[in-house]
Amino acid sequence: MGDLLKVTIDNITVEVPNGTTILQAARLVGGEVAPPAMCYYSKLEGSGGKCRTCLVEVSKGSEKDPRPMPKLVASCRTTVMDGMEVKNITSDRVLDARAGVVEFLLLNHPLDCPICDQAGECHLQDLSYEHGKSGTRYEFQRRTFKKHDLGDYIQLHMTRCILCYRCVFTADQLTKTREHGVLDRGDHAEIATFIEKNLQNDFIGNVIDVCPVGALTDKTFRFKNRVWFTKPVDAHRECTTCCGEVQLWMRGDEVFRVTARKDEWGEVKESTKGGTGWICNTCRFEKKQATDWVIEGPSEVSRHSVIGQGHYVNTVKPKETFTDVMKGLEPRLYMDIHDISEVNKPEVSLSLLDRPAHSTDFGKK
Amino acid sequence: MGVKLLLEKAHVEGIRYYDVYRREGGYRSVEKALKTMSPEAIVEEVKKSGLRGRGGAGFPTGMKWSFIAKPEGVPRHLVCNADESEPGTFKDRYLMEFIPHLLLEGLIVSSFALGSNATYIYIRGEYAWITDILEQAITEAKNAGWLGKNILGTGFDCEIYVQRGAGAYICGEETALIESLEGKRGNPRIKPPFPAIKGVWDRPTVVNNVETLAAVVPIINLGGDEYAKIGVGRSTGTKLISACGNIKKPGVYEIDMTISVEEFIFSDEYCGGMANGKRLKACIPGGSSVPILPANLLLKTAKGETRIMNYESLSDGGFATGSMMGSGGFIVLDEDQCIVKNTYTLARFYRHESCGQCSPCREGTGWMEKILKRLDEGKGSMSDIDLLWDIQRKIEGNTICPLGDAAAWPVAAAIRHFRDEFEWHVLHPERCTTENYGLRHYADPVYVPA
Repeated sequence: MGDLLKVTIDNITVEVPNGTTILQAARLVGGEVAPPAMCYYSKLEGSGGKCRTCLVEVSKGSEKDPRPMPKLVASCRTTVMDGMEVKNITSDRVLDARAGVVEFLLLNHPLDCPICDQAGECHLQDLSYEHGKSGTRYEFQRRTFKKHDLGDYIQLHMTRCILCYRCVFTADQLTKTREHGVLDRGDHAEIATFIEKNLQNDFIGNVIDVCPVGALTDKTFRFKNRVWFTKPVDAHRECTTCCGEVQLWMRGDEVFRVTARKDEWGEVKESTKGGTGWICNTCRFEKKQATDWVIEGPSEVSRHSVIGQGHYVNTVKPKETFTDVMKGLEPRLYMDIHDISEVNKPEVSLSLLDRPAHSTDFGKK
Repeated sequence: MGVKLLLEKAHVEGIRYYDVYRREGGYRSVEKALKTMSPEAIVEEVKKSGLRGRGGAGFPTGMKWSFIAKPEGVPRHLVCNADESEPGTFKDRYLMEFIPHLLLEGLIVSSFALGSNATYIYIRGEYAWITDILEQAITEAKNAGWLGKNILGTGFDCEIYVQRGAGAYICGEETALIESLEGKRGNPRIKPPFPAIKGVWDRPTVVNNVETLAAVVPIINLGGDEYAKIGVGRSTGTKLISACGNIKKPGVYEIDMTISVEEFIFSDEYCGGMANGKRLKACIPGGSSVPILPANLLLKTAKGETRIMNYESLSDGGFATGSMMGSGGFIVLDEDQCIVKNTYTLARFYRHESCGQCSPCREGTGWMEKILKRLDEGKGSMSDIDLLWDIQRKIEGNTICPLGDAAAWPVAAAIRHFRDEFEWHVLHPERCTTENYGLRHYADPVYVPA
């Protein structure tokens, strides 16, 4: 096969066609090897390269030119070369830089997760759990913005925005007219409309699905429920404007929210009718009765996300790549705390003691 | 007296106007290039000259030109980067203001070499009056037959358009400049593809600095080999240095890159020494984004050699003990200047000018500014200095365009060489608001390991 290029990511080799990016190749491997992406969206042309969470180290450029790349590269926008060797979680430089990026992204983020509708399915939450540090070193006031009203369907919380530009690309590529964009520059850049227009295009609701954080949320679902209390079910209806294939987020018989179906990377899935399964505003905002829909059954939910911690049927476990990354080595237990402290003395059952445990219980004189 | 190639005629009365410029030997290179040379020969000549980009990065111009893709039937463009917004740099302004025809002459020759029929000058919005000067010069050149259709009967067509920016430092980055030129938001593009493959309107494009393009004129007139004899090593030709700060004679000087830094600052021919009898403390030798150097490292390299005003010598020792030639904005600081305040001012500039596209630069520059402000006001703590070091380390190299690096380097260099001054600010919160640290570390910079 002359057309396939070999690329080794964290010691795992995959073969991919020419023109594949490092990120897409890593997603083929799956698991922890796939770098996180906050701005890249495979269904949106031109997205990516901005958030810098997907930085990886290229330790060998290609078979022809084995020199390593001097800087970390954005894996979402760098295409693979034959014989390329990439380090993601095996590189300390990458982990350090990524922790830095997570800190930068959270710097001005309000961390109002307890009142945020996105909480539970927020990519920034996932990212900070997986790659961030537990504290912040930022001691200044976080930035705030003047509020903009985007109409009856979409709620904008600019303080939560990480400026991934996904919604701008969505509006550009899905709708005929784009009414919102990025105003200003630097740390006061903001998503806004010019001037105070409502977002009313047929497919504009999809900006809610592509938003990785809670900056753009569904106004019809606002403060109605927490996402982990609702159960996702696949459903469809005959729709003249879109594919009509959606996920209903239900509690009992009540439909709380309608979204497009998403894959394990949090992106809108391909529709069974071909093309990406974007849904129209009518399906998303107007059809809130269970009787509007033909219910197919519970959706698959990926366990890597926070929402996967709920007890859903059909949860999909993420792929375990650890032994491959460690070149076949099984994880080794360096020290068994029980061997040293003798806590696990078989004859002492701590739960049967009617007082706090004491060193005398473990035979330590 | 050094060789002068660009500013030789700059003080001739009325050189701004076509008649005087032509009388003084202007447009000779256009005649020579268009009538006797092929485009490939011009590129070859520029390669031989060893000319390096004068905008800051110092990339060899001839090589850049040879990278341009030449697909069949697709127009190519030359763009002149006149978005000179680096604090401390004003050499292009001088060139365009006094001898605009030199730039046009260079542009016509370069357009011919690259096959560009529509050439753009992207000028920063603040240079409003220079736009008028350039427009007038273009009209004059057009009336004299140097622009337009069938120039000199050679069948080569060329038009030059002036496009004004809207006041953004980031539009000096070549891909952001291209976006802005196309009428879009001035966000840098992600490379690759490079502009030489896909630039303005997805056509192959070369973006060059004003001074680089002006330097093409003497290269054609003298020949590449002759030009390469001026200067030393890989720093060939002459360089415009815009000197400012606490010196007796601020201004734009043309140097041939063989004089020492000491001579440049203290000789009467150039800066004329420090103003008001003060002593030299530090210098930013290449525009605000290059690392600052304390006086002892500025005049002599870490090896003890005399530092020369050229690309190699100024960057000798890497960033640990060296700096960069950059764009030639030579900022001299005397003993009364506060390095913390100076760094804060620069950080404020970069925060304001960050485009906000990628997160390390958008968030990191603002964070650095706030910490530096706190340190400057005497409200900082020791851990702030280490925090600053860590922030700059996480910005540098992790951004889309070099603005992240440009924001990180001044902070890094200030901490590297002047850490004791930062610590003094923390330890003396009252005194630091009323007096200056002075020259205490003049000969003893504290080394901070990377």
